[in-house]
Amino acid sequence: MATVWYCLVALMIAGYVILDGFDLGAGILHFSVGRTESQRRRVIRSIGPVWDGNEVWLIAGGGTLYFAFPGLYASSFSGFYLPLMMVLWLLIIRGIAVEFRNHLEGNLWRPFFDALFMLASALLAIFYGAALGNVIRGVPLDANGIFFLPLWTDFQTGKDVGILDWYTILVGLLAFVTLAVHGALWIAVKNEDLIQHRARIIARWAWGAVALLTAAVTLATFRVQPLVLHNLTTYIWGWIFPDLALAGLIAMLVFILRDDDLKAFLSSCAFIAGMLTSAVFGIYPYVLPSNTDPRLGLTIASTQTDPYGLSVALIWFIPGMLLVLAYSVFIYRHFAGKVRLEEEGY
Amino acid sequence: MDSVLALHRLHFAFTITFHYLFAQFTMGLALLIFVLKSIALKTGDNRYNHAARFWIKIFAITFAVGVVTGVPMEFQFGTNWSRFSKYAGGVIGQTLAMEGVFAFFLESSFLGLLIYGENRLGRKLHWLVSLVLFAGTWLSGFFIVATDAWMQHPVAYASGRDGVVLASFWGLILNPWTFWMYLHNMLGTVVTASFVMAAAGAFYLLSQKQEQYGRIFVRTGIISAAIASVLMLFPTGDRQGVMIARFQPVTLAAMEGLFETVQGAPIAILGQPDMEKRKLDNPLLVPRALSFLTYQNWAAEVKGLNAFPPEDHPDSIPLLYYSYHIMVGLGTLFIAVTLVSLWLLRGGRIYESRPWLWVLMLSLPFPFIANTAGWMTAELGRQPWLVYGLMRTAAGPSMQVSSGNTLFTLLGFMGMYTLLAILFLFLMHREFDHGPEPWVTEPRPSGSGVTEPRPLGSGH
Repeated sequence: MATVWYCLVALMIAGYVILDGFDLGAGILHFSVGRTESQRRRVIRSIGPVWDGNEVWLIAGGGTLYFAFPGLYASSFSGFYLPLMMVLWLLIIRGIAVEFRNHLEGNLWRPFFDALFMLASALLAIFYGAALGNVIRGVPLDANGIFFLPLWTDFQTGKDVGILDWYTILVGLLAFVTLAVHGALWIAVKNEDLIQHRARIIARWAWGAVALLTAAVTLATFRVQPLVLHNLTTYIWGWIFPDLALAGLIAMLVFILRDDDLKAFLSSCAFIAGMLTSAVFGIYPYVLPSNTDPRLGLTIASTQTDPYGLSVALIWFIPGMLLVLAYSVFIYRHFAGKVRLEEEGY
Repeated sequence: MDSVLALHRLHFAFTITFHYLFAQFTMGLALLIFVLKSIALKTGDNRYNHAARFWIKIFAITFAVGVVTGVPMEFQFGTNWSRFSKYAGGVIGQTLAMEGVFAFFLESSFLGLLIYGENRLGRKLHWLVSLVLFAGTWLSGFFIVATDAWMQHPVAYASGRDGVVLASFWGLILNPWTFWMYLHNMLGTVVTASFVMAAAGAFYLLSQKQEQYGRIFVRTGIISAAIASVLMLFPTGDRQGVMIARFQPVTLAAMEGLFETVQGAPIAILGQPDMEKRKLDNPLLVPRALSFLTYQNWAAEVKGLNAFPPEDHPDSIPLLYYSYHIMVGLGTLFIAVTLVSLWLLRGGRIYESRPWLWVLMLSLPFPFIANTAGWMTAELGRQPWLVYGLMRTAAGPSMQVSSGNTLFTLLGFMGMYTLLAILFLFLMHREFDHGPEPWVTEPRPSGSGVTEPRPLGSGH
């Protein structure tokens, strides 16, 4: 039962990264594809009606993690105290910049909010990647299952680690370019002419960076966290996850070269899902490994709530999320098609 | 109080208080927008659609601030209160997760449709979207109140490995504490939104612009504020008082400033608790009223603080006492103001009465204060417990997050929220100054087919 919830939490996180990922990507590329005020309005309008709903995946995913694995929620959130608080501040800045820029007239403050939007989106992408890197690498848990990490120490991956070391920064960079391509493809789907053209060019070039960094991160991961390779050799069926990522990566290039934006975007979704599920599969049965002593790592069993709570939650969670998916599909279809500025909305 | 504990408490108190200023307004306003949309649909009077569109814009700005300040609340359970989360996450995580899945998705997804979708959806579907948004915000309120109600009155739990685990799902959802607290709280949000709407109407009438809208806003605001204010006192406020007397008697004693157990206990309307001399200074008392309100018996004994061990006393008795008295005092004033307004509304005299319009306009901040004071009463009254009777507040915060780190992030939130408040007030000033779209002199007859609303707000 707990393993079911392990998978569901992973799905919620993957859902968040895929959906809010293109919002962040659009933010990263805000100035690169939007050179004029009206072009930047189009970039914002590409995500305007949906970014808020996308961010809810983070809240709902967090809530799911909270009740299913309270021990993990307590340990990881307090241990990653400072970076999480910075993520919160960045989320505040990003949300306010998106929502408020159009309420301000004139040319004084809009570029200011645009810059905040871009900076917050870029830093969020890097932070999320670094967070994933920390979970894969492991943290110095004590016998009570708690830890507290400084932002950095010597940038090495030994025993005395910080949030940022060469490995987590590398994963952060991969997240940055991955979400940039993801966002570029979404912008290309939602726009025409010059904006679409610029987004396609960025996607082409950045795809190369994604491929290179994916290879580097994969090799680094095998070195930093031997458990990943161990799991992949023990459970052969687990290759489905990295295979999904690889297939997504290759399909993305094929469709980018054919200028088929929607299929390229969907391939990018598959790539992200494959990478995240590979990571989750790679550290199973841990939910937060230890970098000092494997016996101290937090596992599914050591952090889960009791089976009654998990079973009863399944009864409301499955129909609840199906309902969410149903009206999300309705809403995405409602806003399907290219962005038109003369439409209603602010 | 240990300084790390004090900082963690202040961290949560500050961020939740700021967040709830916005959340209370949007929850109440969601109902009022639904009311305006319903009137528009029923009468075919498109001016109510214009009015609704104006408030949807106000809603969207406020909701954005509510969302970005709400995300940190869920995170803080893990970051700052990790021992509490480990202890009780299996129970309260259920309601928090349900809030995300059933309510938050709903409101965030459908707000986009409400703002951007009026043309494509048509009148009936757009009305339906406003209903869904209303349902989403009120469901959100339910799950949050249910979470707090469990901390006030823990039910449906069993002991587990790391603390408590859920023993009965329906027991948690149907916690008797939730029912009255939820109704009382939601009525509080309606009071806030109604007073804001009435104040906006008074502003337009006093500044002699958008006067027709001003009348709609004053009328709608006053009527809903009157209904909600009365229902807040009775039955919802009264019922909550009875529950507190039964399950948290020491809290009742502290709220009322009752230091000694007496028969025929009075109610203090005014007075300052003197914690050193254990008495109320300058009291203005209504004899025997507390005994009657609590036990329907003028001579009943009400336990004072001296009847309970000091370690179980709430730890900020004067603040609790003032919060409670500010809430009740303002609540009483709201009833008085709205009843006078209703009386003046007959024959439309209120629209001409400039002094009374000034009263309505200037009453804008007070519902926010009353709602805040109400929540402070609930949360300070729960002290010294984090989960009443089960876990003390001192046992809840994260051990490994030092006071220096907590102060750092508290200052960060204070700075960021100050800027956010300035920005919000600036935008509100602009929107209210701009006002709704110009009044259409001839209302469209009902059944005139598809309406053609103009772009929402300042498209440019």
